Amino acid sequence: MNWLSQNVDQVVELTLTHLRLSIPPILLSLLLAIAIGYLAHRQRLARGPLLTLTGLLYAVPSLPLLIMIPVVFGTPLRSDATMIIALTIYGVALLVRSAADAFGSVDRSVHETANAVGFSAWARFWRVELPLAGPVLLAGLRVVTVSTVSLVTVGAVIGIQSLGTLFTDGFQRGIQSEILTGVVLTILVGYLLDAACVWSGRLLMPWTRAGAVRGAAR
Amino acid sequence: MTLFFDAFDWLADPAHWSGPSGIQQRIVEHLAITGAVVLIAAALALPLGIVVGHTRRGRGTVVALTSGVRAIPTLGMLTILALNLGIGLTAPVIALVVLAIPPLLAGAYAGIESVSPEAVDASRGIGMTEWELVSRVEIPLALPVIVGGLRSATLQVVATATLAAYVADAGLGRFLFSGLKQREYSEMLGGALLVAALALVLEAMLALVQRLFTTVPSQAGRP
Repeated sequence: MNWLSQNVDQVVELTLTHLRLSIPPILLSLLLAIAIGYLAHRQRLARGPLLTLTGLLYAVPSLPLLIMIPVVFGTPLRSDATMIIALTIYGVALLVRSAADAFGSVDRSVHETANAVGFSAWARFWRVELPLAGPVLLAGLRVVTVSTVSLVTVGAVIGIQSLGTLFTDGFQRGIQSEILTGVVLTILVGYLLDAACVWSGRLLMPWTRAGAVRGAAR
Repeated sequence: MTLFFDAFDWLADPAHWSGPSGIQQRIVEHLAITGAVVLIAAALALPLGIVVGHTRRGRGTVVALTSGVRAIPTLGMLTILALNLGIGLTAPVIALVVLAIPPLLAGAYAGIESVSPEAVDASRGIGMTEWELVSRVEIPLALPVIVGGLRSATLQVVATATLAAYVADAGLGRFLFSGLKQREYSEMLGGALLVAALALVLEAMLALVQRLFTTVPSQAGRP
Protein backbone atom coordinates (compact mmCIF):
# COMPACT_ATOMS: atom_id res chain seq x y z
CA MET A 1 0.00 0.00 0.00
CA ASN A 2 3.03 2.21 -0.51
CA TRP A 3 1.43 3.52 -3.69
CA LEU A 4 -1.61 4.79 -1.80
CA SER A 5 0.40 6.79 0.74
CA GLN A 6 2.19 8.61 -2.08
CA ASN A 7 -0.93 9.36 -4.07
CA VAL A 8 -3.52 10.30 -1.48
CA ASP A 9 -4.27 13.65 -3.14
CA GLN A 10 -5.01 12.08 -6.51
CA VAL A 11 -7.16 9.37 -4.92
CA VAL A 12 -9.21 11.92 -2.97
CA GLU A 13 -9.71 14.00 -6.09
CA LEU A 14 -10.79 10.98 -8.16
CA THR A 15 -13.20 9.92 -5.41
CA LEU A 16 -14.80 13.38 -5.47
CA THR A 17 -14.99 13.26 -9.28
CA HIS A 18 -16.59 9.84 -8.98
CA LEU A 19 -19.24 11.25 -6.64
CA ARG A 20 -19.81 14.21 -8.95
CA LEU A 21 -20.47 11.78 -11.82
CA SER A 22 -22.63 9.35 -9.80
CA ILE A 23 -25.05 11.56 -7.89
CA PRO A 24 -26.65 13.61 -10.73
CA PRO A 25 -27.67 10.55 -12.82
CA ILE A 26 -29.09 8.80 -9.74
CA LEU A 27 -31.30 11.81 -8.92
CA LEU A 28 -32.20 12.50 -12.57
CA SER A 29 -33.18 8.91 -13.25
CA LEU A 30 -35.38 8.88 -10.15
CA LEU A 31 -37.24 11.99 -11.33
CA LEU A 32 -37.59 10.80 -14.92
CA ALA A 33 -38.58 7.27 -13.91
CA ILE A 34 -41.30 8.59 -11.60
CA ALA A 35 -42.72 10.70 -14.45
CA ILE A 36 -42.47 7.95 -17.10
CA GLY A 37 -43.57 5.22 -14.69
CA TYR A 38 -46.62 7.25 -13.65
CA LEU A 39 -47.48 7.84 -17.29
CA ALA A 40 -47.15 4.11 -18.01
CA HIS A 41 -49.38 3.39 -15.02
CA ARG A 42 -52.06 5.94 -15.96
CA GLN A 43 -52.13 5.41 -19.74
CA ARG A 44 -52.75 1.70 -20.29
CA LEU A 45 -51.96 2.02 -24.01
CA ALA A 46 -48.59 3.66 -23.35
CA ARG A 47 -47.54 1.04 -20.80
CA GLY A 48 -46.42 -1.73 -23.18
CA PRO A 49 -44.38 0.43 -25.59
CA LEU A 50 -42.81 2.48 -22.75
CA LEU A 51 -41.72 -0.57 -20.79
CA THR A 52 -40.41 -2.33 -23.91
CA LEU A 53 -38.47 0.74 -25.01
CA THR A 54 -36.82 1.26 -21.63
CA GLY A 55 -36.06 -2.47 -21.45
CA LEU A 56 -34.29 -2.26 -24.81
CA LEU A 57 -32.29 0.78 -23.70
CA TYR A 58 -30.98 -1.28 -20.82
CA ALA A 59 -29.83 -3.97 -23.26
CA VAL A 60 -27.47 -1.51 -25.02
CA PRO A 61 -23.99 -2.15 -23.58
CA SER A 62 -22.46 0.70 -21.60
CA LEU A 63 -19.30 1.32 -23.62
CA PRO A 64 -21.09 1.56 -27.01
CA LEU A 65 -23.70 3.79 -25.37
CA LEU A 66 -20.95 6.15 -24.18
CA ILE A 67 -19.67 6.36 -27.75
CA MET A 68 -23.11 6.98 -29.29
CA ILE A 69 -24.16 9.73 -26.90
CA PRO A 70 -21.81 12.44 -28.24
CA VAL A 71 -23.23 11.85 -31.72
CA VAL A 72 -26.85 12.16 -30.59
CA PHE A 73 -26.51 14.88 -27.94
CA GLY A 74 -23.51 16.78 -29.27
CA THR A 75 -21.51 16.49 -26.05
CA PRO A 76 -17.73 15.99 -26.20
CA LEU A 77 -16.76 12.31 -25.90
CA ARG A 78 -14.56 12.77 -22.83
CA SER A 79 -16.94 14.89 -20.81
CA ASP A 80 -18.95 14.64 -17.61
CA ALA A 81 -22.11 15.36 -19.62
CA THR A 82 -21.65 12.24 -21.79
CA MET A 83 -21.24 10.10 -18.70
CA ILE A 84 -24.17 11.64 -16.86
CA ILE A 85 -26.51 11.21 -19.86
CA ALA A 86 -25.46 7.57 -20.33
CA LEU A 87 -25.94 6.71 -16.67
CA THR A 88 -29.28 8.52 -16.54
CA ILE A 89 -30.48 6.42 -19.49
CA TYR A 90 -29.47 3.25 -17.62
CA GLY A 91 -31.01 4.40 -14.38
CA VAL A 92 -34.30 5.22 -16.10
CA ALA A 93 -34.26 1.86 -17.90
CA LEU A 94 -33.78 0.07 -14.58
CA LEU A 95 -36.30 2.11 -12.62
CA VAL A 96 -39.28 2.68 -14.94
CA ARG A 97 -40.67 -0.82 -14.56
CA SER A 98 -40.50 -0.76 -10.78
CA ALA A 99 -42.00 2.75 -10.77
CA ALA A 100 -44.94 1.59 -12.92
CA ASP A 101 -45.38 -1.45 -10.69
CA ALA A 102 -45.11 0.70 -7.57
CA PHE A 103 -47.94 2.99 -8.71
CA GLY A 104 -49.89 -0.08 -9.83
CA SER A 105 -49.60 -1.59 -6.36
CA VAL A 106 -51.47 1.34 -4.77
CA ASP A 107 -54.89 -0.01 -3.82
CA ARG A 108 -57.78 1.13 -6.05
CA SER A 109 -59.90 1.85 -3.00
CA VAL A 110 -57.27 4.25 -1.62
CA HIS A 111 -57.37 6.02 -4.94
CA GLU A 112 -61.15 6.31 -4.86
CA THR A 113 -61.18 7.41 -1.23
CA ALA A 114 -58.75 10.21 -2.08
CA ASN A 115 -61.05 11.32 -4.90
CA ALA A 116 -64.09 11.09 -2.62
CA VAL A 117 -62.62 13.32 0.09
CA GLY A 118 -61.91 15.92 -2.59
CA PHE A 119 -58.23 15.60 -3.50
CA SER A 120 -57.36 17.08 -6.87
CA ALA A 121 -55.40 14.80 -9.21
CA TRP A 122 -52.25 16.82 -8.38
CA ALA A 123 -52.72 16.56 -4.63
CA ARG A 124 -53.65 12.92 -4.87
CA PHE A 125 -50.38 12.19 -6.69
CA TRP A 126 -48.16 14.05 -4.23
CA ARG A 127 -49.94 13.20 -0.99
CA VAL A 128 -51.34 9.72 -1.63
CA GLU A 129 -49.89 7.85 -4.59
CA LEU A 130 -46.24 8.92 -4.41
CA PRO A 131 -45.86 8.25 -0.66
CA LEU A 132 -47.53 4.83 -1.01
CA ALA A 133 -45.31 3.93 -3.98
CA GLY A 134 -42.27 5.20 -2.03
CA PRO A 135 -40.94 1.96 -0.52
CA VAL A 136 -40.92 0.12 -3.88
CA LEU A 137 -39.32 3.14 -5.58
CA LEU A 138 -36.67 3.24 -2.87
CA ALA A 139 -35.86 -0.45 -3.40
CA GLY A 140 -35.40 0.24 -7.13
CA LEU A 141 -33.34 3.36 -6.45
CA ARG A 142 -30.93 1.37 -4.30
CA VAL A 143 -30.26 -1.01 -7.21
CA VAL A 144 -29.72 1.98 -9.53
CA THR A 145 -27.35 3.60 -7.03
CA VAL A 146 -25.03 0.62 -6.69
CA SER A 147 -25.02 -0.11 -10.44
CA THR A 148 -24.39 3.57 -11.32
CA VAL A 149 -21.39 3.85 -9.00
CA SER A 150 -19.91 0.71 -10.56
CA LEU A 151 -20.65 1.78 -14.16
CA VAL A 152 -18.92 5.15 -13.76
CA THR A 153 -15.61 3.27 -13.77
CA VAL A 154 -16.17 2.04 -17.37
CA GLY A 155 -15.71 5.61 -18.61
CA ALA A 156 -12.02 5.37 -17.74
CA VAL A 157 -11.28 3.29 -20.86
CA ILE A 158 -12.36 6.20 -23.07
CA GLY A 159 -10.68 8.77 -20.83
CA ILE A 160 -13.44 10.03 -18.53
CA GLN A 161 -11.78 10.47 -15.14
CA SER A 162 -13.17 8.63 -12.11
CA LEU A 163 -12.01 5.95 -9.68
CA GLY A 164 -11.94 3.79 -12.83
CA THR A 165 -8.86 5.79 -13.87
CA LEU A 166 -7.02 3.89 -11.12
CA PHE A 167 -7.87 0.65 -12.99
CA THR A 168 -6.60 1.77 -16.41
CA ASP A 169 -3.59 3.64 -15.00
CA GLY A 170 -2.72 0.80 -12.62
CA PHE A 171 -3.04 -1.72 -15.46
CA GLN A 172 -0.82 0.26 -17.82
CA ARG A 173 1.82 0.89 -15.18
CA GLY A 174 1.51 -2.57 -13.60
CA ILE A 175 0.68 -1.28 -10.13
CA GLN A 176 -1.60 -3.79 -8.44
CA SER A 177 -2.25 -1.75 -5.31
CA GLU A 178 -3.49 1.15 -7.45
CA ILE A 179 -6.20 -1.06 -9.00
CA LEU A 180 -7.05 -2.56 -5.59
CA THR A 181 -7.44 0.92 -4.12
CA GLY A 182 -9.85 1.75 -6.93
CA VAL A 183 -11.90 -1.43 -6.41
CA VAL A 184 -12.17 -0.93 -2.65
CA LEU A 185 -13.09 2.76 -2.97
CA THR A 186 -15.69 2.08 -5.69
CA ILE A 187 -17.37 -0.51 -3.46
CA LEU A 188 -17.15 1.90 -0.53
CA VAL A 189 -18.72 4.78 -2.48
CA GLY A 190 -21.48 2.38 -3.58
CA TYR A 191 -22.24 1.40 0.01
CA LEU A 192 -22.07 5.01 1.16
CA LEU A 193 -24.60 6.23 -1.42
CA ASP A 194 -26.77 3.16 -0.80
CA ALA A 195 -26.80 4.03 2.91
CA ALA A 196 -27.69 7.62 1.99
CA CYS A 197 -30.70 6.27 0.03
CA VAL A 198 -31.83 4.20 3.02
CA TRP A 199 -31.47 7.16 5.39
CA SER A 200 -33.33 9.58 3.15
CA GLY A 201 -36.02 6.92 2.82
CA ARG A 202 -36.40 6.79 6.60
CA LEU A 203 -36.41 10.57 6.78
CA LEU A 204 -39.00 11.06 4.03
CA MET A 205 -41.11 8.00 4.89
CA PRO A 206 -40.97 7.75 8.68
CA TRP A 207 -43.87 5.28 8.67
CA THR A 208 -41.78 2.56 7.01
CA ARG A 209 -39.46 0.38 9.03
CA ALA A 210 -36.33 -1.12 7.52
CA GLY A 211 -38.14 -4.47 7.42
CA ALA A 212 -40.96 -3.10 5.27
CA VAL A 213 -38.52 -1.71 2.73
CA ARG A 214 -36.68 -4.98 2.56
CA GLY A 215 -39.97 -6.76 2.02
CA ALA A 216 -40.80 -4.47 -0.90
CA ALA A 217 -37.44 -5.11 -2.50
CA ARG A 218 -38.22 -8.79 -3.02
CA MET B 1 -25.48 13.12 -37.27
CA THR B 2 -23.06 12.89 -40.22
CA LEU B 3 -20.94 10.76 -37.93
CA PHE B 4 -23.63 8.12 -38.09
CA PHE B 5 -23.41 8.11 -41.89
CA ASP B 6 -19.62 7.76 -41.67
CA ALA B 7 -20.13 4.82 -39.33
CA PHE B 8 -22.56 3.20 -41.77
CA ASP B 9 -20.05 3.76 -44.57
CA TRP B 10 -17.45 2.05 -42.44
CA LEU B 11 -19.83 -0.85 -41.81
CA ALA B 12 -20.79 -1.09 -45.49
CA ASP B 13 -17.18 -1.40 -46.67
CA PRO B 14 -16.69 -5.10 -47.52
CA ALA B 15 -12.95 -4.77 -46.81
CA HIS B 16 -13.81 -4.30 -43.12
CA TRP B 17 -15.74 -7.57 -42.96
CA SER B 18 -13.11 -10.12 -44.04
CA GLY B 19 -9.73 -11.19 -42.71
CA PRO B 20 -8.45 -12.26 -39.30
CA SER B 21 -9.44 -8.97 -37.68
CA GLY B 22 -12.51 -8.32 -39.82
CA ILE B 23 -16.01 -7.79 -38.52
CA GLN B 24 -17.09 -11.34 -39.29
CA GLN B 25 -14.23 -12.84 -37.31
CA ARG B 26 -14.81 -10.42 -34.40
CA ILE B 27 -18.49 -11.34 -34.22
CA VAL B 28 -17.57 -15.04 -34.09
CA GLU B 29 -15.04 -14.34 -31.32
CA HIS B 30 -17.51 -12.22 -29.39
CA LEU B 31 -20.20 -14.91 -29.54
CA ALA B 32 -17.70 -17.69 -28.77
CA ILE B 33 -16.49 -15.87 -25.65
CA THR B 34 -20.08 -15.22 -24.57
CA GLY B 35 -21.13 -18.83 -25.16
CA ALA B 36 -18.13 -20.31 -23.36
CA VAL B 37 -18.53 -17.97 -20.38
CA VAL B 38 -22.24 -18.65 -19.99
CA LEU B 39 -21.65 -22.42 -20.23
CA ILE B 40 -18.90 -22.39 -17.59
CA ALA B 41 -20.92 -20.13 -15.30
CA ALA B 42 -24.07 -22.25 -15.74
CA ALA B 43 -22.15 -25.45 -14.98
CA LEU B 44 -21.00 -23.87 -11.71
CA ALA B 45 -24.06 -21.90 -10.67
CA LEU B 46 -27.10 -23.95 -11.70
CA PRO B 47 -26.34 -27.13 -9.67
CA LEU B 48 -25.46 -25.00 -6.63
CA GLY B 49 -28.62 -22.90 -7.03
CA ILE B 50 -30.79 -26.01 -7.40
CA VAL B 51 -29.29 -27.56 -4.26
CA VAL B 52 -29.83 -24.32 -2.30
CA GLY B 53 -33.40 -24.00 -3.59
CA HIS B 54 -34.20 -27.65 -2.85
CA THR B 55 -32.66 -27.92 0.61
CA ARG B 56 -33.41 -24.28 1.55
CA ARG B 57 -30.00 -24.27 3.17
CA GLY B 58 -27.32 -21.67 2.67
CA ARG B 59 -29.68 -19.16 1.11
CA GLY B 60 -28.41 -16.31 3.28
CA THR B 61 -24.81 -17.06 2.36
CA VAL B 62 -25.62 -17.22 -1.35
CA VAL B 63 -27.56 -13.95 -1.27
CA ALA B 64 -24.79 -12.18 0.62
CA LEU B 65 -22.17 -13.58 -1.76
CA THR B 66 -24.01 -12.60 -4.94
CA SER B 67 -24.79 -9.06 -3.78
CA GLY B 68 -21.14 -8.73 -2.74
CA VAL B 69 -19.97 -9.84 -6.18
CA ARG B 70 -22.39 -7.45 -7.87
CA ALA B 71 -20.78 -4.50 -6.09
CA ILE B 72 -17.33 -5.24 -7.59
CA PRO B 73 -16.63 -3.08 -10.66
CA THR B 74 -15.96 -5.47 -13.56
CA LEU B 75 -13.24 -3.29 -15.09
CA GLY B 76 -11.35 -3.39 -11.78
CA MET B 77 -11.60 -7.16 -11.59
CA LEU B 78 -10.58 -7.48 -15.25
CA THR B 79 -7.48 -5.30 -14.98
CA ILE B 80 -6.29 -6.92 -11.77
CA LEU B 81 -6.72 -10.42 -13.25
CA ALA B 82 -4.99 -9.37 -16.47
CA LEU B 83 -2.09 -7.94 -14.49
CA ASN B 84 -1.62 -11.29 -12.77
CA LEU B 85 -2.50 -13.68 -15.59
CA GLY B 86 -1.10 -11.72 -18.51
CA ILE B 87 -2.64 -10.43 -21.72
CA GLY B 88 -5.03 -12.91 -23.28
CA LEU B 89 -8.41 -14.50 -22.83
CA THR B 90 -7.97 -16.10 -19.40
CA ALA B 91 -8.49 -12.90 -17.41
CA PRO B 92 -11.63 -11.71 -19.27
CA VAL B 93 -13.16 -15.20 -19.19
CA ILE B 94 -12.73 -15.44 -15.41
CA ALA B 95 -14.05 -11.90 -14.86
CA LEU B 96 -17.06 -12.58 -17.06
CA VAL B 97 -17.81 -15.92 -15.37
CA VAL B 98 -17.83 -14.14 -12.00
CA LEU B 99 -20.22 -11.57 -13.50
CA ALA B 100 -22.54 -14.25 -14.90
CA ILE B 101 -22.83 -16.35 -11.75
CA PRO B 102 -25.13 -14.12 -9.62
CA PRO B 103 -28.10 -13.95 -12.06
CA LEU B 104 -27.81 -17.68 -12.85
CA LEU B 105 -27.64 -18.61 -9.18
CA ALA B 106 -30.56 -16.33 -8.31
CA GLY B 107 -32.68 -17.75 -11.14
CA ALA B 108 -31.97 -21.32 -10.04
CA TYR B 109 -32.74 -20.99 -6.35
CA ALA B 110 -35.64 -18.59 -6.78
CA GLY B 111 -37.14 -20.89 -9.42
CA ILE B 112 -36.88 -24.02 -7.28
CA GLU B 113 -38.15 -22.17 -4.20
CA SER B 114 -41.19 -20.93 -6.12
CA VAL B 115 -42.42 -24.50 -6.72
CA SER B 116 -45.51 -24.89 -4.53
CA PRO B 117 -45.11 -26.98 -1.36
CA GLU B 118 -48.26 -28.89 -2.39
CA ALA B 119 -46.59 -30.12 -5.59
CA VAL B 120 -43.53 -31.18 -3.58
CA ASP B 121 -45.65 -32.95 -0.95
CA ALA B 122 -47.74 -34.69 -3.59
CA SER B 123 -44.59 -35.92 -5.39
CA ARG B 124 -43.22 -37.33 -2.15
CA GLY B 125 -46.66 -38.80 -1.44
CA ILE B 126 -46.68 -40.84 -4.62
CA GLY B 127 -43.29 -42.25 -3.67
CA MET B 128 -40.81 -40.21 -5.69
CA THR B 129 -37.20 -40.26 -4.51
CA GLU B 130 -35.52 -36.91 -3.80
CA TRP B 131 -33.67 -37.12 -7.12
CA GLU B 132 -36.91 -37.79 -9.04
CA LEU B 133 -38.57 -34.93 -7.18
CA VAL B 134 -35.77 -32.54 -8.20
CA SER B 135 -35.33 -33.73 -11.79
CA ARG B 136 -38.95 -34.41 -12.75
CA VAL B 137 -40.97 -31.91 -10.71
CA GLU B 138 -38.92 -29.04 -9.34
CA ILE B 139 -36.63 -28.35 -12.32
CA PRO B 140 -39.41 -28.49 -14.96
CA LEU B 141 -41.63 -26.20 -12.89
CA ALA B 142 -38.74 -23.82 -12.18
CA LEU B 143 -37.63 -23.68 -15.80
CA PRO B 144 -39.17 -20.29 -16.74
CA VAL B 145 -37.36 -18.60 -13.84
CA ILE B 146 -34.12 -20.48 -14.55
CA VAL B 147 -34.27 -19.42 -18.21
CA GLY B 148 -34.90 -15.85 -17.03
CA GLY B 149 -31.64 -16.00 -15.08
CA LEU B 150 -29.87 -17.41 -18.14
CA ARG B 151 -31.24 -14.53 -20.20
CA SER B 152 -29.97 -11.76 -17.94
CA ALA B 153 -26.61 -13.52 -17.50
CA THR B 154 -26.14 -13.84 -21.28
CA LEU B 155 -27.04 -10.19 -21.84
CA GLN B 156 -24.62 -8.98 -19.21
CA VAL B 157 -21.85 -11.15 -20.62
CA VAL B 158 -22.38 -10.14 -24.26
CA ALA B 159 -22.35 -6.48 -23.19
CA THR B 160 -19.32 -6.73 -20.94
CA ALA B 161 -17.36 -8.93 -23.36
CA THR B 162 -16.72 -5.62 -25.13
CA LEU B 163 -14.36 -4.73 -22.28
CA ALA B 164 -12.42 -7.97 -22.90
CA ALA B 165 -10.80 -6.19 -25.84
CA TYR B 166 -9.09 -3.88 -23.36
CA VAL B 167 -6.80 -6.72 -22.26
CA ALA B 168 -7.10 -9.25 -25.13
CA ASP B 169 -7.09 -9.10 -28.92
CA ALA B 170 -10.60 -10.48 -29.22
CA GLY B 171 -14.22 -9.57 -29.76
CA LEU B 172 -16.08 -6.59 -31.15
CA GLY B 173 -14.61 -4.30 -28.51
CA ARG B 174 -11.41 -4.22 -30.62
CA PHE B 175 -13.06 -1.77 -33.02
CA LEU B 176 -13.92 0.59 -30.17
CA PHE B 177 -10.40 0.59 -28.77
CA SER B 178 -8.54 0.75 -32.08
CA GLY B 179 -10.88 3.50 -33.29
CA LEU B 180 -10.27 5.39 -30.07
CA LYS B 181 -6.51 5.05 -30.39
CA GLN B 182 -6.40 6.17 -34.03
CA ARG B 183 -9.08 8.82 -33.55
CA GLU B 184 -11.26 7.07 -36.14
CA TYR B 185 -14.70 7.92 -34.86
CA SER B 186 -16.42 6.05 -37.70
CA GLU B 187 -14.73 2.77 -36.73
CA MET B 188 -15.44 3.34 -33.05
CA LEU B 189 -19.09 4.17 -33.70
CA GLY B 190 -19.46 1.33 -36.23
CA GLY B 191 -18.12 -1.09 -33.60
CA ALA B 192 -20.45 0.39 -30.99
CA LEU B 193 -23.44 -0.06 -33.29
CA LEU B 194 -22.42 -3.68 -33.96
CA VAL B 195 -22.21 -4.53 -30.26
CA ALA B 196 -25.53 -2.81 -29.57
CA ALA B 197 -27.19 -4.64 -32.47
CA LEU B 198 -25.76 -7.98 -31.34
CA ALA B 199 -27.02 -7.39 -27.79
CA LEU B 200 -30.49 -6.40 -29.00
CA VAL B 201 -30.78 -9.41 -31.33
CA LEU B 202 -29.72 -11.74 -28.50
CA GLU B 203 -32.17 -10.04 -26.13
CA ALA B 204 -35.03 -10.55 -28.60
CA MET B 205 -34.09 -14.18 -29.19
CA LEU B 206 -33.79 -14.96 -25.49
CA ALA B 207 -37.08 -13.19 -24.73
CA LEU B 208 -38.67 -15.53 -27.27
CA VAL B 209 -37.02 -18.59 -25.71
CA GLN B 210 -38.20 -17.50 -22.27
CA ARG B 211 -41.73 -17.08 -23.58
CA LEU B 212 -41.63 -20.61 -25.06
CA PHE B 213 -40.69 -22.03 -21.68
CA THR B 214 -43.31 -19.96 -19.90
CA THR B 215 -46.19 -21.26 -22.03
CA VAL B 216 -45.46 -24.73 -20.65
CA PRO B 217 -48.18 -25.08 -17.97
CA SER B 218 -46.25 -23.75 -15.03
CA GLN B 219 -49.10 -22.26 -13.04
CA ALA B 220 -48.73 -25.06 -10.49
CA GLY B 221 -45.38 -23.53 -9.66
CA ARG B 222 -46.86 -20.19 -8.68
CA PRO B 223 -47.11 -19.69 -4.93
